[in-house]
Amino acid sequence: MRRHSDIGLALRLLARDWRARELTLVALAVVVAVASVTTVDFFTDRVYQALSRQANQLLGADLVVTGDRPLGDAFEGEAGRRGLQVTRMLRFPSMTAIENRNVLSEVKVVSAGYPLRGELRIADAPYQPDRRATAIPEPGTVWVDEKLYTRLQLQDGDAVEVGNSRLKVAAIITQEPDSAVGFINAGPRVLLNEADIAATGLVQIGSRVRYRVQVAGPPAAVDAYRIWVNARLEPGQRVESIEDARPEIRSALDRAGRFLALSTLLSVILAAVAVALATRRFLQRHLDACAVMRCLGASQGRVVRLYLLQFVALGCVASLIGCLIGWGAQHALALWLGGLVTVALPGAGVMPAVQGFVTGLALLLGFALPPLTALGRVSPLRVLRRDIGAPKGMGALGYVLGAAVISALVLWKAGELKTGLLVLAGFAGALLVAALVSWMVIVAVSQLRGGGVSWRFGIANLRRRRLASMLQVMALGTGVMALLTLTIIRGELLQLWQGSLPSDAPNRFIVNIQKDQVPALERFFAAQGIGMPELYPMVRARLLQINERPVAPTDFTDDRARRLVDREFNLSWATHMQKDNSIVAGSWWNDANGKSAQRTDQFSMEDGIARALGIKLGDVLTFDSAGSTFAAEVTSLRKVDWDSFNVNFFVVAPPGLLEKQPVSYVTSFYLPPGNVALLNALVKQFPNFLLIDVAQVLGQVKMMIEQVSKAVQFVFLFTLLAGLVVLYAAIASSHDERLYQATIMRALGASRAQLARATLAEFAVIGALAGLIAAAGANALGYVLAQRVMNIGYGFSFTVWAVGVVCSIVGIVIAGHLGTRQALQVSPLRVLRQLA
Amino acid sequence: MAQLTKQVTTGESELTILRDVSFTVAAGEAVAVVGASGSGKSTLLGLLAGLDTPTSGTVHLDGQDIYALDEDGRAALRAERLGFVFQSFNLLPAMTALENVMLPLELSGADDVTATARAMLKRVGLGERLTHYPKQLSGGEQQRVAIARAFVTRPSLLLADEPTGNLDVATGAGVIDLMFELNRERGATLILVTHDTALSQRCGRVLQLAAGMLQ
Repeated sequence: MRRHSDIGLALRLLARDWRARELTLVALAVVVAVASVTTVDFFTDRVYQALSRQANQLLGADLVVTGDRPLGDAFEGEAGRRGLQVTRMLRFPSMTAIENRNVLSEVKVVSAGYPLRGELRIADAPYQPDRRATAIPEPGTVWVDEKLYTRLQLQDGDAVEVGNSRLKVAAIITQEPDSAVGFINAGPRVLLNEADIAATGLVQIGSRVRYRVQVAGPPAAVDAYRIWVNARLEPGQRVESIEDARPEIRSALDRAGRFLALSTLLSVILAAVAVALATRRFLQRHLDACAVMRCLGASQGRVVRLYLLQFVALGCVASLIGCLIGWGAQHALALWLGGLVTVALPGAGVMPAVQGFVTGLALLLGFALPPLTALGRVSPLRVLRRDIGAPKGMGALGYVLGAAVISALVLWKAGELKTGLLVLAGFAGALLVAALVSWMVIVAVSQLRGGGVSWRFGIANLRRRRLASMLQVMALGTGVMALLTLTIIRGELLQLWQGSLPSDAPNRFIVNIQKDQVPALERFFAAQGIGMPELYPMVRARLLQINERPVAPTDFTDDRARRLVDREFNLSWATHMQKDNSIVAGSWWNDANGKSAQRTDQFSMEDGIARALGIKLGDVLTFDSAGSTFAAEVTSLRKVDWDSFNVNFFVVAPPGLLEKQPVSYVTSFYLPPGNVALLNALVKQFPNFLLIDVAQVLGQVKMMIEQVSKAVQFVFLFTLLAGLVVLYAAIASSHDERLYQATIMRALGASRAQLARATLAEFAVIGALAGLIAAAGANALGYVLAQRVMNIGYGFSFTVWAVGVVCSIVGIVIAGHLGTRQALQVSPLRVLRQLA
Repeated sequence: MAQLTKQVTTGESELTILRDVSFTVAAGEAVAVVGASGSGKSTLLGLLAGLDTPTSGTVHLDGQDIYALDEDGRAALRAERLGFVFQSFNLLPAMTALENVMLPLELSGADDVTATARAMLKRVGLGERLTHYPKQLSGGEQQRVAIARAFVTRPSLLLADEPTGNLDVATGAGVIDLMFELNRERGATLILVTHDTALSQRCGRVLQLAAGMLQ
């Protein structure tokens, strides 16, 4: 009965406190925390998924099962049973002919429904406006690309010979969704309907045919299907996804994910600080209320229970509002990004809301519980003697539970233990340093003699409330840091990231350039007015042994490792490491002076591939290239920035090891859009070249960077809000005391000008300290983000320090002045009566 | 009240605030405790109300030894039988006048909380100011609200600590009249701590406290 009535009473007390605006700040802090967490979760849940799905357009499907023998009906049947969309495809090289002209081309045989993702675009004739294909070629017809059309010198209405069949050319392919995946499709394209394949007689035992089953559907269903397929793959069969096919995309997706995760962490930490400050203020202001309630006969337990119920109710309502805002925000975001994300966004799940709700309650109770339980111990004697202060447990110790809650949230939101611990350790270290520095500065400044009475009074305030001043400096520093990160660092980082992929990033690769063709190629580029791009030597070789132990695909369980061993590696040699590479273990062969080591039997290996194959530093690898073998020791592991779109190699040797092997050259260059004539001329002059078009992949990565940048801006809006709440809460935390003190001073005869100068002195010191801490924090955060998340160089930012310190002093002095202005304008008696 | 002693330790020395204070107050009596600042008046009042614990001695209320009860037991006793009026009013700033008066009724789970509190405020002459917050009321009005809050639960013992300490003479006199009136109406016992001689003379008995001892 009592418990029941307590709930009602707690709700009434809550309503009264709410009406008196005692709880606005606490509620606002929780709402912002929950809204930012939920919005970011919705991002991960929806937009990130959409980005992955959009990337899958480059595959033409969400998942592809491929094999070198017919795949049977099982894969297709199971996909159908699971309600997924399915199409079949065959790919193989074959001669395409008309009269006496013939060209080796890449034949793609498709079933109705192709492509499941992305766009297939066709035109009626070369260089005519194209349109989206709504079906596949009619039986008896083929679609060919411009390369084949030009090389076979086709005319409108011609029919080409494909195997035993003559098929009419009905359209020109201008864009295929899946053209960029792998080197295999470098030849001119012929697309035909699967109904015609039997008549061509091209698919026979021994034909080099790749069979593919392509699947698309809801992400969860596709993931479940992937697990089902993986358990049933036979030798020669594998599952392809875009991440396997294009490392650039995986790299960009990873960055996007990490950037968003770190943004959430920042919002959570800021919101936690805001909640802590706001709760502390609320509880400080309710010491008297507790004493009165105890005096009126409420037991300790009852007082705690009443406030606990209030906070739980407040936490629930504020968290719910935060969830609703988060839900609304992600809808707004979906609309906003709608024009950029070309696939339909997957629906919003319930989990982000549940997680946001739990986060809000955990944050509020984590910071409120220790001081709340201490509130019960407020001496009722306080009603008689105001000098009895707050009970123990409301000080630093009270924040232990709160800190534990933040740590748990950070570890949870970081997604992986290492990043979480790193962020926590960084944050704790930064706080410690900031606390030490501000403590020392406050002590040092308070030793300064001289200056007028106002300066001395202002500085004396700092010294007298040393701990409170220090906490205030740190809270303000955190708030200003958020603002700096939001405005300057974010801009600089995103610009760097976008700049890492310039508008003329290479979009075409040329493979198979022979040594004697290099001078002719140079002349060709010169004639076109394009600078000769850098050529990289390339040796194709098969990995035979690791530490003299033969390797076979069956040695590995990992699908990627199997494929790597099954195919030929591309090796290269270089004196200097490429700029978009960085050493993660061992060392590169030339020293700081650029002097090369004498030893030539060394390999530098890409970190990811080394991990997939279980290769460590010091392992000796033996390769076979066209019958001759060579071996060398792995002396370094490199991280490769795949989304730089430069030519890169898994295995690199120093000069002197590979030159004797059959060598060809590879290069990449930027072809302005629409310059098809150059491509045709190139193919005509160098028929043996393999030209690889990565423009689509490049476009996709650029678009992802743009989308993620926008998403990050959106998320940072909440971080900004959290930062502002922190700033407000920090200023408000000492408001009552300042007001009281200023009023007493006025009663004692201090002039308004003297008081204004004292406030100015105190807030200027606080502002300068907070600005310094904020600039250091923001600069360090920018550095960590650049290094760990974006792999770009970022150093000391003068702007951050200058803007940080100046704006912090000006902003905090103005805010502080506005806060205490009341004391200067109303009569001292009135203020004293209000505060009594 | 028997041999009440209160000592506090400050640093290394021990300070005796009350020493062997004993007296009895009959039901319905009005007693003033007077003395200079620091004589131990407020400490005595805190001990009478069970807000603090004595170093030795005890307090009996209607035969009940209040220090035989634990803190929650004393809280229940306060809720049932005690009313307070303080020098600094101690109204809750987030609540209106009406809500401040409702609070003790709400805490005790009484019925007709709003009607009772409204009637009480009307009785102290603040029927028109129910929805005003403490900061919108004058000092005298605030003390009237505090008196209404003290009497609304019909306590058998009213404890007042310098009730006019924060008020000018005229306002203070009005407040005191009201307090005595209500005390008579409701037949409550009144223990009043003050250093105002005029006020103390309105009580039936005056106890003089000096250096922690009754004179």
